[in-house]
Amino acid sequence: MKSLEELAALRERMKNNVAMRQDNSTATRVVVGMATCGIAAGARPVLTAFVEEVNRRGLKDVVVTQAGCIGMCKLEPIVEVFQPGKEKVTYVKMTPEKVSRIVTEHLVNGNPVTEYTVGAYME
Amino acid sequence: MAKRKTVVPFHGTAEQEKQLRELIAAHKEQQGALMPVLQGAQEIYGYLPIEVQTIIAEELNIPLAEVYGVVTFYAQFTLNPRGTYNIGVCMGTACYVKGAGDVLERIQKRLGIEPGGTTPDGRFSLEATRCIGACGLAPVMTINEDVYGRLTPDEVDKILDKYL
Amino acid sequence: MAIARTHILVCGGTGCSSSHSQALIDELNRELEEKGLLGEVQVIKTGCFGLCALGPVVVVYPEGCFYSHVTEADIPEIVEEHILKGRIVTRLLYQETVVDDKTIKNLNHTKFYEKQHRVALRNCGVINPENIDEYIAMDGYEALGRVLTQMTPDEVIQTIKDSGLRGRGGGGFPTGQKWFFARQSKGDVKYVCCNADEGDPGAFMDRSVLEGDPHVVLEAMTIAGYAIGAHQGYIYVRAEYPIAIHRLEIAIKQAREYGFLGNDIFGTGFAFDIELRLGSGAFVCGEETALMTSIEGHRGEPRPRPPFPAVKGLFGVPTILNNVETWANIPRIILNGADWFAGMGTERSKGTKVFCLVGKINNTGLVEIPMGTTLREIVEDIGGCIPNGKKFKAAQTGGPSGGCIPASLIDTPIDYDNLIAIGSMMGSGGLIVMDEDTCMVDIAKFFLEFTVDESCGKCTPCRVGTRRLLEMLEQITSGNGTLELLREMEELCYYIKANSLCALGQSAPNPVLSTLHYFRDEYEAHCVEKRCPAGVCKKLTRFVIEEEKCKGCTACARACPVNAIIGEVRKPHHIDPEKCIKCGACMETCRFNAIVKR
Repeated sequence: MKSLEELAALRERMKNNVAMRQDNSTATRVVVGMATCGIAAGARPVLTAFVEEVNRRGLKDVVVTQAGCIGMCKLEPIVEVFQPGKEKVTYVKMTPEKVSRIVTEHLVNGNPVTEYTVGAYME
Repeated sequence: MAKRKTVVPFHGTAEQEKQLRELIAAHKEQQGALMPVLQGAQEIYGYLPIEVQTIIAEELNIPLAEVYGVVTFYAQFTLNPRGTYNIGVCMGTACYVKGAGDVLERIQKRLGIEPGGTTPDGRFSLEATRCIGACGLAPVMTINEDVYGRLTPDEVDKILDKYL
Repeated sequence: MAIARTHILVCGGTGCSSSHSQALIDELNRELEEKGLLGEVQVIKTGCFGLCALGPVVVVYPEGCFYSHVTEADIPEIVEEHILKGRIVTRLLYQETVVDDKTIKNLNHTKFYEKQHRVALRNCGVINPENIDEYIAMDGYEALGRVLTQMTPDEVIQTIKDSGLRGRGGGGFPTGQKWFFARQSKGDVKYVCCNADEGDPGAFMDRSVLEGDPHVVLEAMTIAGYAIGAHQGYIYVRAEYPIAIHRLEIAIKQAREYGFLGNDIFGTGFAFDIELRLGSGAFVCGEETALMTSIEGHRGEPRPRPPFPAVKGLFGVPTILNNVETWANIPRIILNGADWFAGMGTERSKGTKVFCLVGKINNTGLVEIPMGTTLREIVEDIGGCIPNGKKFKAAQTGGPSGGCIPASLIDTPIDYDNLIAIGSMMGSGGLIVMDEDTCMVDIAKFFLEFTVDESCGKCTPCRVGTRRLLEMLEQITSGNGTLELLREMEELCYYIKANSLCALGQSAPNPVLSTLHYFRDEYEAHCVEKRCPAGVCKKLTRFVIEEEKCKGCTACARACPVNAIIGEVRKPHHIDPEKCIKCGACMETCRFNAIVKR
């Protein structure tokens, strides 16, 4: 270790690794419904796709996690995105293919992908 | 607690001595090498007989008396090898009242060792322990993991025979 | 390596390790592999979470689910339900974290943690202690870097002085002052030592720091080395702490690889290295001069002071010795500033203190609280009161060197000076809670037995004095005490205090003096009425069968190891007090609660 800058660079690289364990209320939470029905409908590849995409882009303050049954089995797989101070957004009938668009438009740029949301299906 | 010198003949192997000398060589230049060397030596031999202490004293150029002084000061250093079979006689109140003293005496006579000692062949070591919480079975002794309860001095011989 | 979506933290502290947490880790990895989840879920062995009574402890992030008393058999369910399907296994949750509506709350908001303020323990149970990168991610070695590149040694010492930090090992000597003296001492060679010879029965905070966050000690010692002009450090750790030793060895190796130890640290030309030395089972080696004698390779006997170690310490050169918990505060003080640290605590005791909460208390474990927290808050809020609704009687602090705090003083804010004023001491931080079933004479005897065993024998007041003191206590607990004996005993206490060479002897009578002060009535009951009010001292208790409750079932008579119970079938039995050895076996056997202690 030769300088503070070198240490800081190393720390930045490592921070993501432990960020999850801190009490962190500013993070965006991506919650994938992973009850039996969700899994049967294909929630697992969706979850994996989110984790990969978030990592690939090196997004900070994004937590990908899972929940049980959200209660609309016919619309599974369901993913909900919670951002502090905003209404939650519910995406339904998710596929791994839809993931990268949600990450780009919603998580990065803050514009929910309306056509994938539950609202669009209910109409 | 007082430490008792061992009556078990020293059976150190050439391999152990080689390890010991290597250990000493590795620490020789270090300040305060005695403690790490004794700790390492006890790992090699399982205990610290006078023969091992002598080698350490000579190699580190420290008087044997001082080495012995250090060994007897610290609770973790032992002068006695633990026997293959470690006998513990419970000296808790219940066992004592029910004759644990007689049991202990019988074992001492039979093996020729005092509590804290080890037989010359290294087979048995003997300890008088505090209550082991088996008062209902008093008097109780343990041999390694085995527990023997409701003992009489006469039964002791039969039990010890099993371990010979 | 990809970033995992879930972290499963398993406590690898000694408490949880003895309740088989390693087996949980193996089982977790096996299950995860079977389910193909290894890549996205990371299992991390951490240091102590502090809630040892709930062990083994498993925490799952990002949810922050706190599972307690987890067994191997529970692992498949956790993986299947929680990790795979995201359904929290409610039955395993620590009940305190479950809110009415079945949602869970973060552990930090439970009563146990809410009043705590973690400085020394901040990384314990959060990072993997065997991975230096995780320590770095938590700002590790930043303080060292700043000290070496931006501060002069005098500035470092001034910062520590300004923070008001006092030694956490017991004495409470101002740390900055100690460093200042060592810096003033002339000499090319100086040493920095860490006292990790934690020997008080019931104290394990140092072990937890070493096991959970070993790098913090290495970083702090290197900072001190720079401040006083030393290039070599020693950590004296007791051999009874194998996990701590193992993790320290790993940490030292990693720190050397990363260049935080060795030559030219942070490119400044400053060199510092650390060596581990193991204790071999002698309590007195926790005393600073005895510890140094032991590192030098001798019998660990204390030396008279002065000269103080800051002038003439290890191998005869200027040395500073600080306790593990003291070290754990140093990097934070450098990073956050002296004012931040001085903002916590009381007038003369700054910062926080870690206590090991043990004894008759519901939440046994490790707690870190700001100085000045009252004993009531610790016992009632953090500790969750006393089991079985029993009454709080006293708390013992400072181990064999400390004293008791009676229920009447439960609202005393805890800091160094208050504890001394009420006849106890901070000590290393053991806090043993006692309820109405505890006999105070017996407790004093317990600590005296310990001191007698551990007295090194160098000076007479301690070697002989503590032995005589123990004999007096034995007379009292066996019913042979008199008021005259109490008076003599008190006198002897003051002799031992005044004349012993080191702190071990000087403080050995404290448990007796303080119980005598607050619970004299109990001593008098033992001496005059020949009665043990708490029913602990066997020779003064009698087991009696209440005739009206006894059904004559003979169960007790069969359980009695000494045939002291006689009586005919279906008629009330009675106990022969001459034969009875007071083992209590009969009382446990009786299904009608007919046997009582008097």
